[in-house]
Amino acid sequence: MRTVAVVGASLAGLRAVEELRSQGFDGRITVIGDEPYQPYDRPPLSKGYLAGTRTPESLRLADQSDTDDLAAEWRLGVRADSLDPLTRSIRLSDGEEITADGVVIATGGRARPLPGSEGLSGVHTVRTLDDAAALSADLENSSTGVVVIGAGWIGSEVASTCHALGRPVTVVEASPTPLARVLGPDMGSVCAALHTDHGVALRTGVGVRSLTSSGFGPWKRVTGVDLADGTHLPADVVVVGIGMLPNTEWLAGSGIPVQDGVLCDAGCVTAFPSVVAVGDVARYHGPGGPVRHEHWTNASEQPVTAVRNLLAGTTIEEYRPSGYFWSDQYGTRLQVAGHPADADEVAVVDGSPNDRRFVAEYRRRGATVGVLAMNNPKLFGRLRRQLRDRAAV
Amino acid sequence: MIPACAVADLPEGEAVRIPGEVPIAVFNVDGEIYAIDDTCSHQDASLSEGWLEGCLIECPLHAASFDLRTGMPTGAPAKKPVRTHSVVIQDGVIYVVPQNQEAVV
Repeated sequence: MRTVAVVGASLAGLRAVEELRSQGFDGRITVIGDEPYQPYDRPPLSKGYLAGTRTPESLRLADQSDTDDLAAEWRLGVRADSLDPLTRSIRLSDGEEITADGVVIATGGRARPLPGSEGLSGVHTVRTLDDAAALSADLENSSTGVVVIGAGWIGSEVASTCHALGRPVTVVEASPTPLARVLGPDMGSVCAALHTDHGVALRTGVGVRSLTSSGFGPWKRVTGVDLADGTHLPADVVVVGIGMLPNTEWLAGSGIPVQDGVLCDAGCVTAFPSVVAVGDVARYHGPGGPVRHEHWTNASEQPVTAVRNLLAGTTIEEYRPSGYFWSDQYGTRLQVAGHPADADEVAVVDGSPNDRRFVAEYRRRGATVGVLAMNNPKLFGRLRRQLRDRAAV
Repeated sequence: MIPACAVADLPEGEAVRIPGEVPIAVFNVDGEIYAIDDTCSHQDASLSEGWLEGCLIECPLHAASFDLRTGMPTGAPAKKPVRTHSVVIQDGVIYVVPQNQEAVV
């Protein structure tokens, strides 16, 4: 293998390049990224960047000397439009075609849009630096208030940041308990209570009927949110955090199997041994079937395995995710490791949810499968290790 | 010199955090006391709450790892070192002498 093309220039793409080099690949690497920026860290977009405490420069994942050391060719601000996995040629949005011996798909995803919000100013998602910059600018001029649709991780973090910026915030969540699908109803309620602890209104179990607006054409601007129960919430800024969609459209017709992500084997290899997938877009074969993770740690860890298998030309290593992610909201640090599920038994092993400082274990058939910590990184670190060491046995 | 804590209050394998404008973390590694900047050079997290393994402290947030003796990161995601500080023990109390220069890259 003498040339590798990495499609996607965010964390997973950058980590793939780093892994290629650290695993001894000294051939040519071309990185294609549709955003015009060098790889940057997305988690601070909803927190420090939006709060104004982090500059865009500080988000860079690799400084100039690290980037130079990687000796990759960066094609930024262009999109990959198609891939032929047999010839491994990639057509770019500027008309150029790049051919490589190996391909790493790291195209990530995009924020799921709220139907009916197209072309309406004041409505935001937070996925990219440009998204966050636009939201930040809009918040400066906001007077009526902010409605956040979706009380998942991003929505909750944005609500927390807007609150810290002094904006009145209401969070709307369609399910009865936020985060219940991931953490179960009890722990979901505890996390959701962070909003109300800080005086942020939380409306659960109610869907959004429509957005209201005034103006016409380019001046059309959101004025509020109509809920399914008839309530109207006035807002001049609406943030939509209802999940993401994997960026796979460019692979349509390529022959690479795609279904809610790029389908891969247990080692992140697609149906073609010279094409691997990593990060939010990769739906690999886990112990319980095909699974996709949308977390920073996954995007950081997966390239190690995927690159090893790409360079080997076959799957010699299976991916073992740590399942670690974190969220910072209202000055509270939440950390999750392992693979908790709604149906697990939950046991608080330290502290108390009422004090907003505790550690809980998720158990399935007697075995600990996940850990959740609120404001206790130290004990979390220990239990996370135990979980990892047990999984390795 | 900033007092950290009594030697007796910092058992082996434990850490204590000295709050301040630039918080400092003090560690006891098998009887040796080390002091470094508490805030991870990668992102906002307290290294005193991290995982201590030998002379390496792993950040509790993103698993960046630093050598307590040099402040150097051992790999991604941290790129920059943290500052190390001198430690003085007098009358059973641990004191830290903060180093004012930037960490040496």
